[in-house]
Amino acid sequence: MSATAWAWLVLLLPLLGSIVVALGFRAIPARVAGIVGTAAVGLAFVCALAVLFNLLGDEPEARHHASALWTYAGAAGLDIQLGIYVDQLSAFMILVVTGVSALIHLYSFGYMRSDEGYHRFFSYLNFFVFSMLLLVLAGNFILLIVGWAFVGFASYALISFWYRRTTATGAGMKAFVINVVGDIGLVLAAFLIFRELGTFDYGAVFAQAPDVFDRGGWTITAICLLLLVGAFAKSAQIPFHTWLPDAMEGPTPVSSLIHAATMVTAGVYLIARTHVLFYLAPTAADIAAFVGLGTLLIAGTIAIAQTDLKRAIAYSTMSQIGYMIMGVSIGAYAQGLFHLMTHAFFKALLFMTAGSIISAMANRQDIDRMSGFWRAMRFTSICLVIGGLALAAFPLTSGFFSKDSILAYAEARGGIYEWMAIGGYVGALLTAIYTFRLVFRVLPGEPCKEAQHLIDTGELYHGPPINPASEEEEDTEIGFPGAHHHIAEQSWPMAVAMGALAFGALFAGLIQVPGVDNVLFGFLEPAFEGSPLAAIHPEVGAEWRGLAIGGLISIVGIALSWYLWVARPQLPALFRERLRPVYLLCLNKWYFDEAIELLVVRPALAIGRFANDVFERVVVDGIVSGTKEAVGDAGGIVRTVQSGFVRSYALLLIAGFAGLALYFLLRAT
Amino acid sequence: MSIEWYIVLSSLLFATGAIGILLRRSPIVILLCLELMLNAGNLALVAFSRMVGNGQGQVFALVVMVVAACEVVVGLGLIVAIFRRRLPLDVDELTELRG
Repeated sequence: MSATAWAWLVLLLPLLGSIVVALGFRAIPARVAGIVGTAAVGLAFVCALAVLFNLLGDEPEARHHASALWTYAGAAGLDIQLGIYVDQLSAFMILVVTGVSALIHLYSFGYMRSDEGYHRFFSYLNFFVFSMLLLVLAGNFILLIVGWAFVGFASYALISFWYRRTTATGAGMKAFVINVVGDIGLVLAAFLIFRELGTFDYGAVFAQAPDVFDRGGWTITAICLLLLVGAFAKSAQIPFHTWLPDAMEGPTPVSSLIHAATMVTAGVYLIARTHVLFYLAPTAADIAAFVGLGTLLIAGTIAIAQTDLKRAIAYSTMSQIGYMIMGVSIGAYAQGLFHLMTHAFFKALLFMTAGSIISAMANRQDIDRMSGFWRAMRFTSICLVIGGLALAAFPLTSGFFSKDSILAYAEARGGIYEWMAIGGYVGALLTAIYTFRLVFRVLPGEPCKEAQHLIDTGELYHGPPINPASEEEEDTEIGFPGAHHHIAEQSWPMAVAMGALAFGALFAGLIQVPGVDNVLFGFLEPAFEGSPLAAIHPEVGAEWRGLAIGGLISIVGIALSWYLWVARPQLPALFRERLRPVYLLCLNKWYFDEAIELLVVRPALAIGRFANDVFERVVVDGIVSGTKEAVGDAGGIVRTVQSGFVRSYALLLIAGFAGLALYFLLRAT
Repeated sequence: MSIEWYIVLSSLLFATGAIGILLRRSPIVILLCLELMLNAGNLALVAFSRMVGNGQGQVFALVVMVVAACEVVVGLGLIVAIFRRRLPLDVDELTELRG
């Protein structure tokens, strides 16, 4: 079978899984639904491996194949195939997406087993993976938009999974609305591309673009900026990021899925896929790079002040996506994708450990309440440390190699980009501090009430079910999380998934060690071979220098964090007092929500109210009710003729005919 | 005999029927007057047919007779139904279709 045939299978399996679980929810027992959902994605991963091996059988320059099933939409001058495009980039993406998603499905199999909506959950989860695969495999901009919108819907469904929680449904709506703003950008960009080039097909667009557009021209810059609106909304970059922390309202595996392997990486993929266009629009690419840099720094400062375990990790996701966006925008395509992969491993792992800890805490997420889990949950703690080390780019872990490869490229490109590298190192320090702040506050110390209960009885602490966001008590029926939770120590599917990801988080970086091996970049780079930017390679010595600096920063950050939260635990409170404005700024997420409320939501509401009060009531209602009254009055006049007297009707009839006859008689003479 | 006599007779018959419909209130008489008007038309048709010299007008007259027969069936049926429901047999009293 050819690479494209396997790729179609990759696309088909999660869709089938979703449909089977959704339609058969009465017939299929819950366990079987979980197995079907997990197996569908697992098999998709196997097919993705087959795609990879098929591609490796080709010459490196010939590793791109397009395949179309049928015409998706055809009209005058428009020919859109239901087609996929398989090259190194999409093969890499489907491997990461299916691989990490399969492990997340396995984890959910254990984590969600007491939930009433088990079938629904797996159906949504499979649909989400299908949408993401459609997004990365699409062979033209129309299918890309379809996948893009599917992902938006699937994220809405999953974030609002506990649909009786008003906070969760609100968060889902917020994510959906912000994503639709991004969709609009993407759709407009596709329209502009079609107007200029007359085609939506990837191959044709990228082949013609350098001839049609001038480098730095207005049109291409507008196209790229519109693409960026889409990319920023999906990848949670400033100012479209506010949905991401709220998306933590969904079940923890959902956070893991959305934040690690899938949704948020869509923007990175989009920029890498359209790198030909971004090379032609250097202004747009620089804007993207600066937004990425700004996001990674701002999100890092916010993450330090958050006390909600999952939200802190969510801000760290934003920050890491900032690195990737910056990387692919300045031309470090393979490096950005490398970080995407390692980030998928360690961030999925971190969310899984967070889920395990939150389960042990009876659904509470406040790290102020947590301590001493090292003694209560050893396996989860080890995984948290591994994930934290990889996120903090501790030497020889996966994040160490991937993050520094981006920064080394930025340095090698020189000029203003060197400053970006310095900004990236500052971000790395923040990363190490906020990551190990979580580790040091959750793991060491005297066990808290819940951890002690777990040590004493070997069973989970069961408090009354509460909403961690609003502290309200909740029911336990369907639509709520319920009172029963599961931790990795007592559920083998969770432990297997976390173990596999921990392995990846530790060792995945070793496939791409500067001067030693070149597995990943060697595979990916032919996909970007036409790009002059991808031809820039930092020297091995410079890369190792960067790695040394990165490792040092990571160790310093971890030590600082240890000093602040373990050795001198009273210091952070002192900082909070002295630097109150800075602390408040970070705690309140730089007031982005408030700013958006003031600048976008309020004016939109005001316009809506004006339209309702003035336009709708006066103009529209005036026209409608005016028409109605005119017709009614005319009817009233005609009605008087309908007297009900048969003889008057007859008189009218005869008089009318007589009148007509008279008329024709007069005309005839 | 010239055509005018036929036309005059036909017009007189038609006028009689029309006036009858306008003045009388009994549905049976109105039905009779309707028949009178239809037959006035028939008379004119047959007369014109003979004047022109082909049979087309006579065919029309036959069709009109069939229609008249149908109309009488329906009309008389209605009158019987009204009678059975003990409603007054007076078209001025039957005004339920007033707008």
